[in-house]
Amino acid sequence: MAPPPPRARSGIGARVRRNEDARLLTGRALFVDDVPLDGPLHVAFLRSQHAHARLTSVDASAARARPGVAAVYTAADLGAYWRPGPLLVPPPPIPGLVFNACTQVPLARDKLRHVGEPIAMVVAESRYLAEDALDDIVVEADPLPAVVELEAALAPEAPRVHEHLPSNLAAHAVQRKGDYPRAKARAHAVIRRRFRYDRGASAAIENRAVAAQWDARAEELTVWDTTQAPIPIRNGLAQRLGLLESQVRVVAPFVGGGFGPKIMMFYPEEVLVPWAAMRLGRPVKWTEDRQENFFATTQERGQIHDAELAVAKDGKILGVRDVFLHDTGAYDPYGLTVPINSQCTLLGPYDVPSYESEFTAIFTNKTIVTPVRGAGRQHGVFVIERLLDFAAKELGLDRAEIRRKNLLRPDQFPFNNEILFQDSAPLTYDSGDYEPALDEALEAIDYKRFLREEQRRLRAAGRHVGIGVVCYVEGTGIGPYEGARVTVEPSGRVRLATGVGTQGQGHFTVFAQIVAEVLGVDVGEVHVVTGDTREFHWGTGTFASRGAVVAGSACHAAAVRVREKILELASRELAAAPADLVLAGGRVHLRGDSKGGIALGTLALKANPLRGAVRPGAEPGLEATAYFGPDRGSTANGVHAMVVEVDPETAQVEIKRYVVVHDCGRVINPMIVEGQIHGGVAHGIGNSFYEQLVYDDEGQLLNASFMDYLLPTATDVPNVETTHRETPSPLNPMGVKGVGEAGAIPTGALFAQAVEDALADAGLEICEIPLSPNRLFELISASRVRSR
Amino acid sequence: MTLVVTVNGVRHERAVEPRLLLSDFLRHELGLTGTHVGCEHGVCGACTVLLDGEAERSCLMFAVQADGHDVATVEGLSDGSEGGDALHPLQAAFREAHGLQCGFCTPGVLMTLVPFLREHPDPDEREIREALSGNLCRCTGYQNIVAAVRLACGTPPSPRA
Repeated sequence: MAPPPPRARSGIGARVRRNEDARLLTGRALFVDDVPLDGPLHVAFLRSQHAHARLTSVDASAARARPGVAAVYTAADLGAYWRPGPLLVPPPPIPGLVFNACTQVPLARDKLRHVGEPIAMVVAESRYLAEDALDDIVVEADPLPAVVELEAALAPEAPRVHEHLPSNLAAHAVQRKGDYPRAKARAHAVIRRRFRYDRGASAAIENRAVAAQWDARAEELTVWDTTQAPIPIRNGLAQRLGLLESQVRVVAPFVGGGFGPKIMMFYPEEVLVPWAAMRLGRPVKWTEDRQENFFATTQERGQIHDAELAVAKDGKILGVRDVFLHDTGAYDPYGLTVPINSQCTLLGPYDVPSYESEFTAIFTNKTIVTPVRGAGRQHGVFVIERLLDFAAKELGLDRAEIRRKNLLRPDQFPFNNEILFQDSAPLTYDSGDYEPALDEALEAIDYKRFLREEQRRLRAAGRHVGIGVVCYVEGTGIGPYEGARVTVEPSGRVRLATGVGTQGQGHFTVFAQIVAEVLGVDVGEVHVVTGDTREFHWGTGTFASRGAVVAGSACHAAAVRVREKILELASRELAAAPADLVLAGGRVHLRGDSKGGIALGTLALKANPLRGAVRPGAEPGLEATAYFGPDRGSTANGVHAMVVEVDPETAQVEIKRYVVVHDCGRVINPMIVEGQIHGGVAHGIGNSFYEQLVYDDEGQLLNASFMDYLLPTATDVPNVETTHRETPSPLNPMGVKGVGEAGAIPTGALFAQAVEDALADAGLEICEIPLSPNRLFELISASRVRSR
Repeated sequence: MTLVVTVNGVRHERAVEPRLLLSDFLRHELGLTGTHVGCEHGVCGACTVLLDGEAERSCLMFAVQADGHDVATVEGLSDGSEGGDALHPLQAAFREAHGLQCGFCTPGVLMTLVPFLREHPDPDEREIREALSGNLCRCTGYQNIVAAVRLACGTPPSPRA
């Protein structure tokens, strides 16, 4: 590998500590539940106890009469304001696509479709009183059989989640590339398996919250929301409430973890709390509790795949066919993003000449499914990686070598996979250099020596150690666009406003680094504002690992324009050609004269004169706004490898080493990228071995607390050894790709492979995630019984 | 009921409902919103504060149980002004080692670690991880939290990290 480029001190590529940390570390950072409101009312929701029931009556009269209760609203009280939410992501134009849009409602009216669906909203003087009043509401509902299991959901006799539809089919899509039947006919072997992936919770430590305040004099609504998409929330709220967009200000202040579900909109609470604040003329606030979060915040990952791999004798992939069921939950407001990501990501970093992928999305009586960190990519990676493992075993090939044989070569980029991605653009990989990443991971984990020496030695001593290595790609940085405004203030400090809110990704630092580099100022001098629609009101949100790519590129473009303005003005002031000027240390000066020149703040003052004439066409100040919209997403890639030891008696898995080699193009701040990977891997380990939302056959979630739903703790997650590779993206000026979800994507596939290798003597196959000690123990026992 | 409690060195006397949680009292009665609430059933640790110097989960206590006691919250760790010097050494180490991302769990993590480090000034990695095992963090994978603790204690980072 070429030596890494020299790192700047504070600009792009530097390991800069974060601008936002002092506020977060001292308790001064503002989260939604911290917003000081003048005499707020507090909300509690009465939620469905049934997964599926006909709602016959809701009597809130006793609740309304309780002292301290300001209002109780049911669906009937909402009048014309009651209407289903928007379809957030219309499906891509896949030929033959079937898609039935059924979006969530603010309060249930006739039917209850999942446990936790809100039925009534109590507004009271305190949250305690509001919760008291929930007990006063009398709900009559006739339970219906619940739709829980995906395979049973399509049976003709299955109960229907949405009765106006002929079945529980939410969508059906087929995408094809090449001629799979022909590939299969000439294959040396066809590897066929069924794979299952089940649901987990996103489990941001901050639950959702919405607070709203209507200023009747100014006719302005302010909403604080734990959303990843404040601008679309503002626009949608204005439309629903009959206000101008400029009359609504939505602030997503510090948000305590997003991981996907906070991009979902509109949650019922998001439309009801602002409406109630306007109606009651007082600030209104709702903060989700953890139990509500388990039922009412969106979830992900229920799919069943029947997949086959047609492979030549030498291990070359000839084609893949995959037919899968996708659980979309009770409603499908997020369109087909998740299953399309699964469909696309299955192709991975490999040259797959033919592909047939068919999925059926299914309504169930469970919490709504929308993207959670990885957003369907996990499933695709799991299927292809496991198929390659089984193929390697059948063909007598090494697991790493069968991957190497199929990796795309650098001269194949840009590589068109000939199917449509979630952004409706063809799935085309922009750039990549895959084989060196594999080599680097194998070397880092000492793959060959482990298999040749260490594993043999430890196995001889009766220990069950295994190694795994998996490859993945991540489609990141999709459009449509983001924007940014950069302003040099007279103080010399730089202000940067952009629309994408932050949930911990370091926007206050990464965006500042970009601007700092272009303007030659210190990172600490760039003051970043994100997620406040009063500051910037064009953009879409923080999702799909796109902040650094799309918003970062907009910051770069705005800073470049400000730089041009600085150079133009400075060249007049200093009577020098722009080409002879240097921006450094917060000043513009002639090359070689770092003590001379003029401070940026002074120039900013000169650019905004109080009297006199300006040149025709002059714009005031040193300020520019710019937008960036990529043609399509940029594709990051990586290789994860791990060594585990399994105790076959307790089925406990100990991760001995975890290696990540990843390539997200040009790295803006390696410290932050590593942090994203560490967190992603921990999330992936949780998904693989600790976390599972367990529903019974009545659609009741059985483990809706952190006592029963296990998030990995500090004693469960290993240190991750990370290496950065940088293959620039040609799709944006900085060459960056996204990294936010990367760590979480291949972990399930890796976990399965390494554990299977550790238990090679038991001869089991792992075709499902999540595992748990219990489930692994069952698999081990079943495999022993089989081999007897 | 009347509650008399000292919080970050300041004496407060308030009439409160007996059922008011200490976490809600600190956040909404005193405006000390640095103490965060993540689960309200004592698992996530985000609400951890010091009660007479020991780490306690403020979501598992009623405010009235703190009557006559001394409470310390994250706001009391440093004066909170900008610049590294004003931060508590542990806070500075967290910033240096990127021991936080969204920062929501961080106040509870810090308040758990303060008494731990008082009793274990030179912990090894296993001890640090065990001390942290009652605090959930979804962002960092804990690795850089451990690194931050090591940095604060002046111990070298773990190999291969």
